[in-house]
Amino acid sequence: MTAVISPKKEKFIIPIGPQHPALKEPGHFEFAVDGEIVTEATVRLGYVHRGIEKGAEARNWTQNLYLVERICGICSHIHALTYALGVEVLAEVEVPPRAQAIRVLVAELERIHSHLLWFGVAAHEAGFDTLFMYSWRDRETIMDILEALTGNRVNYSANVLGGVKFDISDEQRKVILDGLDFLEKRTHHYLDVATSDGMFLQRTRGIGITRLQDAQRLGIVGPTARASGVMRDVRVDAPYAAYDMFPINIVVETAGDLEARFVVRLKELFESFRLVREILDNLPPGDLQAKRFPRRIKPGEVISRVEAPRGEVFYYIRSNGSDMPERVKVRTPTLCNMASVLSLAVGHHLADMPMLLVGIDPCFSCNDRGVSICSSQGEHGRWTWERLRQFGIDYYANKV
Amino acid sequence: MTNLNLSDEWNGILLKLKKWARINSPWAIHYNSGSCNGCDIEILATLTPRYDAERLGVKLQGSPRHADVLICTGPVTLQSRDRLRRIYEQMPDPKFVVAVGSCAISGGVFQGCYNVVGHIDEVIPVDAYVPGCPPRPEAIIDGLVKLLTALKQGDPPPTERPTELELENYDAATI
Repeated sequence: MTAVISPKKEKFIIPIGPQHPALKEPGHFEFAVDGEIVTEATVRLGYVHRGIEKGAEARNWTQNLYLVERICGICSHIHALTYALGVEVLAEVEVPPRAQAIRVLVAELERIHSHLLWFGVAAHEAGFDTLFMYSWRDRETIMDILEALTGNRVNYSANVLGGVKFDISDEQRKVILDGLDFLEKRTHHYLDVATSDGMFLQRTRGIGITRLQDAQRLGIVGPTARASGVMRDVRVDAPYAAYDMFPINIVVETAGDLEARFVVRLKELFESFRLVREILDNLPPGDLQAKRFPRRIKPGEVISRVEAPRGEVFYYIRSNGSDMPERVKVRTPTLCNMASVLSLAVGHHLADMPMLLVGIDPCFSCNDRGVSICSSQGEHGRWTWERLRQFGIDYYANKV
Repeated sequence: MTNLNLSDEWNGILLKLKKWARINSPWAIHYNSGSCNGCDIEILATLTPRYDAERLGVKLQGSPRHADVLICTGPVTLQSRDRLRRIYEQMPDPKFVVAVGSCAISGGVFQGCYNVVGHIDEVIPVDAYVPGCPPRPEAIIDGLVKLLTALKQGDPPPTERPTELELENYDAATI
């Protein structure tokens, strides 16, 4: 992925990463600069590529639920949810409405935690560490709620195939509502800071403008796209789980700059607060899990789409009748949005690069997954597990 | 400092001073060598107001050359293995490694995936292990405090440094 405006013979290239103070996760960027202005941007991904999709083929349906949850530690519930929704369609199992509502509840709580986390990191990249500390302090409220519900702060394992693991008691309901009241107050404050603080606006207003047609051309997803006026949200376009019972309103801004991305994400928080309260008030009665879930699933294939905090997560799952999937393909939002960083980088100041990168809310551990091998001998078959493993070992052992 | 031709008495004082400084301000560097981010956000949470590791003198550093403690997460992917090694080698002695999370200790859920080494002490020597998926911020602080207590009480915890042969093999394999 490379973008060029002025091809010159001599270039001054600034390499960043994979270990760099501005990056919390490993990724390698090369920016060619003319003075302070970036003229060319390249990214090298794959530092966190673990081989999860291939690994999923060697684990059974239930084990995979815990494997895909660890694709990303920030939106872990979303990955498990997307996988579970797909597998339930394949197995033709009906999930009780109460379980679906609790799934949506945890998904929205996770969205709150993810957006607050992003807000802090973005403020940190802008040089506003005070705001980073404040938003992370407030984020602990939502971590407490998630821990009270599920027993873990991260990787909650709320899902099982065919339902959820826990119910919501009255005390838990009260803890959630109290926490949301506090967070709502704080979010009003953050929205005020993000739209009126002069120093902060100098880092965000008018920086990295993505116009509507560019957003559509590059295939940007999630809040990044909605900040450019793209009306796209899987929760509305194709409601899954309990989103048809509890509809959401799309938050859209049209400016397309970094400020708009801040505003969209912060306003989505209010939408999440509202939805969580609504679900708690109207939780449908019934069971938490389907009566029975088959160990082997009959042959078939399915597509499952879910709106993660960063955008659309897409799963393709194929079964061959055994107790393990034949193929699990995952597409995550960060990879879709990465092209926009590279195209935006050209023409901007070098100092804006961390802000542009963080503007898409990158998650490298979701990101580093695609593996496509074109052999020089011209064979394009399926690779066996042993062969793929040996290829990886040999490749890195012989690398110059 | 040891080659300044000082008397034994002065050397002893200097050693005490170094130890005092080391224990009271461990500067840490964080590297994600293939983790799912879960541990990394908990490490960041450890530094934020609720847990505030800075009250113990722990400060997150950007450059390996300024760091005393390497906090690393993840099962070490083949691509990040060289980087992890290089970061470790860039750190000045004495240096300590804290492996955070189940993957860093045993490969965790990624055990057997084709692109992972498995655990961190196959690549660099580790001084403290913090288990959990992910460990709570309290556990990470506990791991750091245990490391510091061990330093305070005497010698650093025994670690298996790579042998000369292993280092040669490493060089031959990578360069």
